Amino acid sequence: MHLTLHVWRQPRGSRVGKFVRYEVSHATSDMSFLELLDVLNEQLLASQEEPVAFDSDCREGICGSCGMVINGEPHGPQPGTATCQLHLRQFQDGAELWIEPWRARGFPVIKDLVVDRSAFDRIIQAGGFITARTGSAPEANTLLVPKRDADTAMDAAECIGCGACVAACPNASAMLFVAAKASHLGALPQGQPERYSRTIEMVQQMEREGFGSCTNHAECTAACPKSISIDFIARLNRDFLSAVRQDAGPPRMEKAER
Amino acid sequence: MTLTLDPAVPAGPLETKWTRYRSEMRLVAPANRRKYRIVVVGSGLAGASAAASLAELGYPVSCFCFQDSPRRAHSIAAQGGINAAKNYQNDGDSVFRLFYDTVKGGDFRAREANVYRLAELSVNIIDQCVAQGVPFAREYGGLLANRSFGGVQVARTFYARGQTGQQLLLGAYQALERQIGLGQVAMYTRHEMLELVVVNGRARGIVVRDLVTGAVTGHAADVVVLATGGYSNVYYLSTNAKGCNVTAIWRAYKRGAAFANPCFTQIHPTCIPPSGDHQSKLTLMSESLRNDGRIWVPRRSGDARLPGAIPDAERDYYLERLYPSYGNLVPRDLASRRAKEVCDEGRGVGPGGQGVFLDFREAIARLGRQTITERYGNLFEMYERITGQNPYDVPMRIYPAPHYTMGGLWVDYNLMSTVPGLFVAGEANFSDHGANRLGASALMQGLADGYFILPNTIGHYLGGAKLEPVSVDDAAFADAKRDASERTDRLLAARGKKSVDVFHRELGRLMWNACGMSRNRENLRSAMERLPALRREFWETVSVGGSGTDLNQNLEHAGRVADFLEFAELMCRDALEREESCGCHFREEFQTASGEAKRNDQRFSYVAAWEYAGPDCPPVLHQEALQYEAVHPTERSYT
Repeated sequence: MHLTLHVWRQPRGSRVGKFVRYEVSHATSDMSFLELLDVLNEQLLASQEEPVAFDSDCREGICGSCGMVINGEPHGPQPGTATCQLHLRQFQDGAELWIEPWRARGFPVIKDLVVDRSAFDRIIQAGGFITARTGSAPEANTLLVPKRDADTAMDAAECIGCGACVAACPNASAMLFVAAKASHLGALPQGQPERYSRTIEMVQQMEREGFGSCTNHAECTAACPKSISIDFIARLNRDFLSAVRQDAGPPRMEKAER
Repeated sequence: MTLTLDPAVPAGPLETKWTRYRSEMRLVAPANRRKYRIVVVGSGLAGASAAASLAELGYPVSCFCFQDSPRRAHSIAAQGGINAAKNYQNDGDSVFRLFYDTVKGGDFRAREANVYRLAELSVNIIDQCVAQGVPFAREYGGLLANRSFGGVQVARTFYARGQTGQQLLLGAYQALERQIGLGQVAMYTRHEMLELVVVNGRARGIVVRDLVTGAVTGHAADVVVLATGGYSNVYYLSTNAKGCNVTAIWRAYKRGAAFANPCFTQIHPTCIPPSGDHQSKLTLMSESLRNDGRIWVPRRSGDARLPGAIPDAERDYYLERLYPSYGNLVPRDLASRRAKEVCDEGRGVGPGGQGVFLDFREAIARLGRQTITERYGNLFEMYERITGQNPYDVPMRIYPAPHYTMGGLWVDYNLMSTVPGLFVAGEANFSDHGANRLGASALMQGLADGYFILPNTIGHYLGGAKLEPVSVDDAAFADAKRDASERTDRLLAARGKKSVDVFHRELGRLMWNACGMSRNRENLRSAMERLPALRREFWETVSVGGSGTDLNQNLEHAGRVADFLEFAELMCRDALEREESCGCHFREEFQTASGEAKRNDQRFSYVAAWEYAGPDCPPVLHQEALQYEAVHPTERSYT
C-alpha cells in the first residue's frame, strides 16, 4: 500500500504547529495504524529527521494511551476500535490521511500527537472511587449484586480513559468519561454511600478543568473505542440533579479535617 | 562474596507462619509514620495497591510511573482472571490446594512459605476488590461467579469479562487517586527511574528523569519499593506493552540487589501469530479460551485443506491426546512446548506454519453462540480486528509468545531485596511462581504483595531500622544523578546509522532462538559470545537523535534497549548454568522419553541469585536452597 500522511507536527505546546506531508510506500494491509507510524518514524530517523511523537503502550486497545484524530475522526473510521487496534485494511491503497492530536482546552498538546490528559486523573481524584481502606472489607459474598446491576456497572467500567469522547465532542465535554465512572460506581450497592457527593465533585472538577457540557451530539459514544453508551450521561444528569436537590456537594468531612 | 541470602522465613508450621509473624512484627505508631517517606516505582497492581495502602496508613508516599497516568500500567491488559481459594463452587478447593497447585505448577522451584501466604491472602484480595467496586462477574442470584484456568481441576478464578486486569487495576488506581487527592501521595507521571541510590548499604532513594522536560532529579526516601513489572520485551516481540522494560530492576541489580532466576520466562501458548516484519508486538488471547476452545493441528503434515474441510478423524487434538485428565487446560509451559513441537513437525497451520488451531465449533454447537459471545465476545472481536477473520466461523490461529517473567530481583519473605530498604513487588520480584506461573496467579500475587504484605513488612523494617537523615544534596545522589545524565548524554551523542528498533529486533531474535521456548548449551554459548559484540555495535552505530530537554521517545527506547542488551547475557548465563529442565526452562539435553521436562532436584533445587561483580567481571552465583516441608517434589504430571 502507498499512503500519503499529513501529520500534525508541533515541537512543544508553547510553539505553533502545522501539518507536514509524508509518503509511506511500503505499508501492508495487515499493519496496525501505529505500526504505520513506526514505519514512518524509521523513515524519518534514516533521513536524520525527528520522529513523530505519539503515545502508545499496550497496543491491545486497553491501556488508553494511544489516540489521534484520523481524517477528522478520533481513533479513525472503525467503530469501537482504538487507534492501536485499527488496521490498514480499513483504508484504500493510495489514501490520503490527516493525523492530528486530540484538540481540547482540557488536553494541552505536549508535542506532536501527544497531549496532557492529567485532567482525567484529577477528575478521579475528586471523587471517582469508593472509599474502602485496605483490610477493612467484609467477606465478598455477603454482598449480593444482582447480575443486571453488575453488568451495567461493567458496561460503564470498560472505559479506558483515552479521551476520544472529548476530542469528538464539539463542546470538548468530558461528560461520557465522567458518566462512565459515576455510573460504574453508582450502579453497585458498594457505591451508594458516596453516590451523590461523588457526582457533584467529579462534575465540578470537570468544569474546573475547562471541559464543556453535554448538548447531546452523541459524537462521544460514536468515537468511543469501547462503545460506552450515551445513556450513562442521562444517568449522570439524573444523579447530578438529585445531588443538587439533596445538597450533597462538598466539602467532604474527611477533606475538611485535613 | 559479600552477599548472604537469608530468606527470613518465620519459624513454625506453614499454616500459621504469616499469622504468627504478623502479630510479632514491629510496628510504627500512627503519629510516627508521617516522619518517613516511601518511594514506590511503578503503578500497576503491585505498585498502585502498595502506594495506596501505605498512604492510607499515614506514610507519605511518592509514586512514579513512565506512562501519562498510573491507570495505564500494563496490569491493565490482563484478561482472564484472578485466583482465590474461596471454594464458592464447593468443588474441593482450599488454601492448601491453591498453594499446592501453585508450587506444582511452578515445578517445585518456588519458596514454600511465600506461596502458602499467597494462597492464604487470595481470599482477602477478592473481599477488598469487591468493596472497592470491582464489577466481577455474578451469578443470577447475585453471588460471585467463577471459571477454571490451566493447570488446576477446580473453578477458583474470579473475572470481569475479559478485562479482569483492567478492573482490578482501576480499583487500585482509584484508591491511589484518592490518596493523591488527599495529598498523601505525590504522583510523578511520565517519569522514568534511572538509578537506585544506596547510602551506607541501604536503599535511600532514586534518580528519575522527567520524560517531558528531560530534568534529572533525586528523590530521597526511607524505603524504596520497585514494582516495575517484567522483562519479556527482551525478546522484542512479546505480549507486554511497548514500554515494559528491565531498566529499574537492572539498575538496582547493579547497585547490589541480587537477580534471581532470570532465565525463568513464560511463553504463553495462546497468542495471535505475527503477520509480517512490521509486527511491533504480539497480542494475547486469554487462557480462559482454553475452557471451551479445542486445540488441534492436522494429523498429516502439509495438509493444506481449509480447517472446516478436515474431518475429526484427521485432526490431532494433541493436548487431549497427551494429557487426558487436563486436556486443553494443561499449564502454559506444556501447551506452548507442544505447540512448538507440532509446528516443528511441519503440522503447523497458517503462514509459515507457525500456528495451531483453537477451535470453538463444538462449544458453539453445545452452548450456543449467545453463551460463547457472553464469555468471550470481546476477545473474538479483538481477534477479528487484528486478523480480519471471524472466529465464530473459522478456528482461531494461535502461537506461543513471551508473556511473563517469573525471574526478577531476589526477595526474602518480607519482599525485601539483598539491599536493605529496597522492597520489590509483583512481577519485578522473582516471586512465588517458581519455574512456571499458572494462569490467573499474576494478578493475585501483585495485589497480595501490594495490599497485604508490604504494608506490614515495611512497617516491620522501619520499626527496627536506625535511619540517619539523607538529603538529595548528598554525594550519593549527586553521583547517581551524574551517572544517569552521562548515560543519557552518551546515547544522545551516538551518531550512527542504525535505529534503536533495529537493535532491539536483533536482540529479540537472538534471545528467542537461544533462550526462548527451548534451550541448549551450544545455542546459549553462542548467544553469550554474540551479545558483547552486539552491545559494542549498539554504542558505536546506533542513531538516537533529538534533544535531551524535551519529550524524546527514541531516547527512552534507547536507554531501555541498552539495559536489555546487558541483561540478556545474565539470562543466558542463568539458563546455561541450570543443567536441568523445569517448568518453562526446557533444556533439550534434559528431557524424559516422552519429551517432558526432566528436573534434577539433587543438583538444582535452589533459587539462583546473581550478584553484580563489576562491569568486566562475571556475576557471582549464590544459591538459596529450597526446602520442602509440606509438599514432596514429584515428577510434575498432568496426564
